[in-house]
Amino acid sequence: MESRISPFLISILCIGIAVLYIPILVLIGYSFNASALVSVWGGFSTSWYAELMHNDQILDAALLSLNIGLVVSTGSVILGTLAAISLVRFKMFRGRLLLTGMVNAPLVMPEIITGITQLLLFVSMLHVFGWPHRGFTTIVIAHVAFCSAYVTITVQSRLASADRSLEEAAMDLGSGPVRAFLDTTLPSIMPALASSWLLSFTLSLDDLVISSFVSGPGASTLPMVIFSKVKLGVSPDVNALASLMICLVGACVLFAGYLMRRAERQRLMDAQMAER
Amino acid sequence: MTPALNQDALSPALRRGLRAEWLERRGKWLIILPPLLFLLVFFLIPFGFALVISFADTAVRVPPYTDILSVSPDWHIHLTLNLGNFKYLLTDEVYGLSYLYSLKTAFFSTLICLAIGYPMAYGIARTSKSTQSILLLIIILPFWTSFLLRVYALEGIIRETGLLNTALLWLGVIDHPLQIMRTTLAVYLGIIYSYLPFMVLPLFATLEKLDHSLLEAAADLGSPPWRAFLEVTLPLSVPGIIAGSMLVFIPAIGEFVIPTLLGGPDNLMIGRVLWDEFFGNRDWPVASAVAIAFLVLLVGPIALYQHYNTKQLEA
Repeated sequence: MESRISPFLISILCIGIAVLYIPILVLIGYSFNASALVSVWGGFSTSWYAELMHNDQILDAALLSLNIGLVVSTGSVILGTLAAISLVRFKMFRGRLLLTGMVNAPLVMPEIITGITQLLLFVSMLHVFGWPHRGFTTIVIAHVAFCSAYVTITVQSRLASADRSLEEAAMDLGSGPVRAFLDTTLPSIMPALASSWLLSFTLSLDDLVISSFVSGPGASTLPMVIFSKVKLGVSPDVNALASLMICLVGACVLFAGYLMRRAERQRLMDAQMAER
Repeated sequence: MTPALNQDALSPALRRGLRAEWLERRGKWLIILPPLLFLLVFFLIPFGFALVISFADTAVRVPPYTDILSVSPDWHIHLTLNLGNFKYLLTDEVYGLSYLYSLKTAFFSTLICLAIGYPMAYGIARTSKSTQSILLLIIILPFWTSFLLRVYALEGIIRETGLLNTALLWLGVIDHPLQIMRTTLAVYLGIIYSYLPFMVLPLFATLEKLDHSLLEAAADLGSPPWRAFLEVTLPLSVPGIIAGSMLVFIPAIGEFVIPTLLGGPDNLMIGRVLWDEFFGNRDWPVASAVAIAFLVLLVGPIALYQHYNTKQLEA
C-alpha cells in the first residue's frame, strides 16, 4: 500500500487511540493516589494495593475467578479444538451446519440472553436431576459454552492453513491417523492453542453478565464484586483492583499475540527454506 | 481365482488404510460429538427452555413458574399455553418503549462508531505492514479488556470531578462542571468507547485486501481522489461496514452495564429491563418472554452479519 497518508487520517488515528487509552491510564494513575478522595491528588502511595490484600471479600472472589478461569480455559481449548478439527477435517457429516451455527452464534449473541437461557436450563436441570447446583459448576459450564467458540474460530483458521504433507508422510511411514495428527499437526497448531487458552482465560476472568445470572448464593466472581462496588461510585480500592486486572489481562493478550506472531514468522521462514 | 481375504494376509499398508477408513466413517464421531453435544445441551437447548417458560405462569415455588405440560390422573397430557406474558409485553408500554429506545441508541452509536472507525481503519490499512501489526495490537488490547473496567475507567473521566471537567475548568472553557454522568450523552460515550474496536477490526480486514491498482486505474482515467473513494473504495468495503456495524449494533442493543453505570433513570434499555425483571421482580416467565421477543428482533441483524462474515471469509 501507499505510504502517503493524509494528516487528517493520522490525526483521527491518534485521537482514536488516545480516547481508547486515556481513561485506562488515568485509572491506573489514580490507583496510586494517597488521598481517599478520588478527585484530589494526595501524593504517590501503594496503600490501596496493600489494602486489597486484607480484604477477604475481594481475595475470595479473586480466588474463585482464577479457579474458574483455569478450568474454563482448559475445557474450552479441548472442546473448541475438537470442534475446529471437526469443521476443518470432516467436510460432510450430519450436524455440520448445526455445529457451525452453534460455534458462531455465541460471538454475536447478547450476553444477557445467553445468561438468562442458561440459568433457566440449570434451574430446570437441578429440579429434575438434582444437578448442577448454581455456583462454580454452572459458571464454568456457561463460560466454556462461549469461550470454546472463540477457541474454535482461532484454531480453525490455523488448522485450515496447516500443511498436511507431514501428516500424510507420517501415515505413509506407518503411523495411525490419530498418532500422525498428534505427532505432526498438533505441534504446528500449538501456538494457536496456547494463545486461545490465554484469551479464554481473560474472557472468563472478565465476564460479568453471564456469571451474574448463572451463579448462586455465595459464589461471587471478581467482576460481580467490582460491579456491586462500582454501582456505589468511584472508589480508590476499586481503582487498584481494576488496575491489577487490566495489567493481568493485558499481559495475557500481549503474550498470546507474541506467540501467534512468532509462530507466523516461523511458518514463513519454513516456507522460504522449503522453496530453496 | 482370487486369493481368500484373510486378516493375516492383509498388507500393513492396507490395514492402515482400513483403519483410516474406520476413523473417517465411525471414529470421527468421537471428535465431533463432544463439542456438538456440549453446545447443543448448554447453548442451543436453553433457548428452548426460555421459549417454554415464556408460556408459563408465575408461581410461588421453586422454580418460580408453572408447568406447561401436565399429566392428569387418567393419563391425559395437558398442554397449557399461557399467552398472557406476550400480551403483557404489548400492553405495558415500558417494554415497547425500552425496545425502541435500545434500537435508537444502538443505531446512532453504530453510526458514530462507523464515522470514527472508518477513517481509523483506512489509516491503518494505508501504513506499512510492520506499523499495521503494531497499530492493530494497540486497537485489539482494549477489545479484550473487561467492559466493566473500561466503563468504570470512563466514569473517572466524565464524572463531575473527573479529568474532563477539571481540564475544561482549568482552561477556562467552562465555569461550572458539566453534568455528563447519568445522562444520555454518557450512555452514547460509553457505547462508542467500548465498541469502537469492534468496528475498526472488520473494516480494516476488508480495506487491507482492497486492490490498490483499482484506485490507480481510477486516477489514470481522470477521477479525482474523492470520486475514486466514493466509487471504488466505499462500495468494495461494504462487507466490512456491515460486519463492523452489526458487531457494534447487536451487543449495543442488549447492553446492560453501560446504561446501568453511566446512564440515568431515563436510559431504560432492554438489557436493564430484563435484568430488573429477573433480579428485581423475580418474574421469570415475563423475563423469558422479553428475552424471546428480543431474540426475534435480533434474528435479522444476526443473519445479516453471518451472511457478510462468511462472504468475507471466503474472499
